[in-house]
Amino acid sequence: MDLYLPIAEMSVNALLIVLLGGGVGFLSGMFGIGGGFLTTPLLIFYGIPPAIAVASSATQITGSSVSGALTYYQRGQVDLKMGFVLVGGGLVGSVIGSFVFRWLQSLGQIDVSIGIIYVLFLGVVGGLMLKESLAVWLRERRGEEPLARVRRHHPLVAGLPMRMRFPRSGVYISPLAPFLVGMLTGVLTVIMGIGGGFIMVPAMLYVLGMAAGVVVGTSLFQIVFVTAIATVLHASQSQSVDIVLAVLLLVGGVVGAQFGARAAQKLPAERLRLFLSLLVLAVAIRLAVGLTWTPPELFSIQTAF
Amino acid sequence: MRALLILLLLLAAPLRAAEPRAEPRLVTDLSQSRIDISYRFAGAELLIFGAIQYPGGIAPAEPPGIAVVLRGPADPLTVRQKERVAGIWMNTQALRFESAPGFYAVSTTAPIRELLDERNAAIYEIGLRHLQLSPATAADPETTRRFQDGLVTLRSRANLFVEQPYGVTITDRVLYRARIPIPSAVPVGNYRAEIYLIGDGAVRARTTAPVIIDKTGFEREIYLFAHKNAMLYGLFAVAIALALGWLAGTVRRQAR
Repeated sequence: MDLYLPIAEMSVNALLIVLLGGGVGFLSGMFGIGGGFLTTPLLIFYGIPPAIAVASSATQITGSSVSGALTYYQRGQVDLKMGFVLVGGGLVGSVIGSFVFRWLQSLGQIDVSIGIIYVLFLGVVGGLMLKESLAVWLRERRGEEPLARVRRHHPLVAGLPMRMRFPRSGVYISPLAPFLVGMLTGVLTVIMGIGGGFIMVPAMLYVLGMAAGVVVGTSLFQIVFVTAIATVLHASQSQSVDIVLAVLLLVGGVVGAQFGARAAQKLPAERLRLFLSLLVLAVAIRLAVGLTWTPPELFSIQTAF
Repeated sequence: MRALLILLLLLAAPLRAAEPRAEPRLVTDLSQSRIDISYRFAGAELLIFGAIQYPGGIAPAEPPGIAVVLRGPADPLTVRQKERVAGIWMNTQALRFESAPGFYAVSTTAPIRELLDERNAAIYEIGLRHLQLSPATAADPETTRRFQDGLVTLRSRANLFVEQPYGVTITDRVLYRARIPIPSAVPVGNYRAEIYLIGDGAVRARTTAPVIIDKTGFEREIYLFAHKNAMLYGLFAVAIALALGWLAGTVRRQAR
């Protein structure tokens, strides 16, 4: 079923895009991740121009995160005070990101930059996750008790001025720290077309030392706002948001997430994290290979610059 | 005064008499002068056909040479070349062209090389090798040639540049027709179909016909919305995403 995308200006197989969204949705439902880090590269492999893949993926994440964010909010698992500081950082970060994006585009280095940033972030995060889940798995096999993690914020965070109380998160830290975390995620959202949950959640736990109960809800809260801001920025600066593409991805994603969530209940949490880390690493390796192998085409065309 | 008029008439007489023996004319028509891109658009085919009107109505014994060109709107663009830098392939060199057609198809009765001499091919830009792309970056001719070839290869692979050496069919040495394939990724804009009658390596007659390729209906509305009210479009996209996401969440909770 061919469908013409009005902004990407190309005809795609609509069923394939819905299935792609569904596959990513399945994994997001299973692992509790946004899945933007899978959607954007897959769209680029399919042949969608990178700028449009990144922008439309951000739009899709807004849609796929909103119902989760609402659910967590109703359960009281969103720290609104912390959330707004993160959103503020995300706002500044996404504006910075959009300037960096345009600058790289004018240099003709946007594709390779997206590739390198992906490989670095996915490689590091995937590696750390793999290390941790392997350690847990080994302990289990030896029949040892899992290590109880002491919750505290990073020493560097303690040194920042203007400390504030965030009662829901149970921390007393400078708002500058979450602001910077939000900002970094905002930059990544605009450049990579991801929600950034896989960076933000570990940062909230291990750098900010937030209470585990509010981490996921608060990060979803930030993602909804920052991906929405990124959509508006992309739309007004480079007209690269393809709403038809985003809707196709959303439709598939919503259905896929249902099945993913059900599948997750049948697997132990530690095993899930091991699979997720392998998946993240696989994407990183695939992208790294793409960067270093001789491309089939050495030339590329860029219009509008 | 009257003497002058007679003189002029006398001078014009041989010219007038020679007129019917002048060059032949081309009559042409298109299967459609407007191609609409709708949500189901997956490419199209444009039929360009017509007849050669020979002076006196007698066709020569030699079969005529015809070249049919469909040319899209020209835009400036940058071609970049990748090189390996520290193990990673990245763009290093770039060359800007001021006017490269977004679409160019040429159909001929025989390979252009056999049909036309270099000068005529260059003047009328017939054939991919003869496109005037107006390079704007100063570079030696060899580099320019390399980038130009790169551009032609890329666009040919995307079916945006097409060369059909035997694409024109001639019937009874008078009627001609060519089918130009148009891919789904075709750029929108004002196109021009150019038909050339070729004899002895030179263009003998030519005619043109305009073609419009444009988005229509929903596709067009979305495209115009995104480009004319970009900010509003962004907010609209967010609203749709939020509504869909919220709806899905509600359905999910009901289902439980």
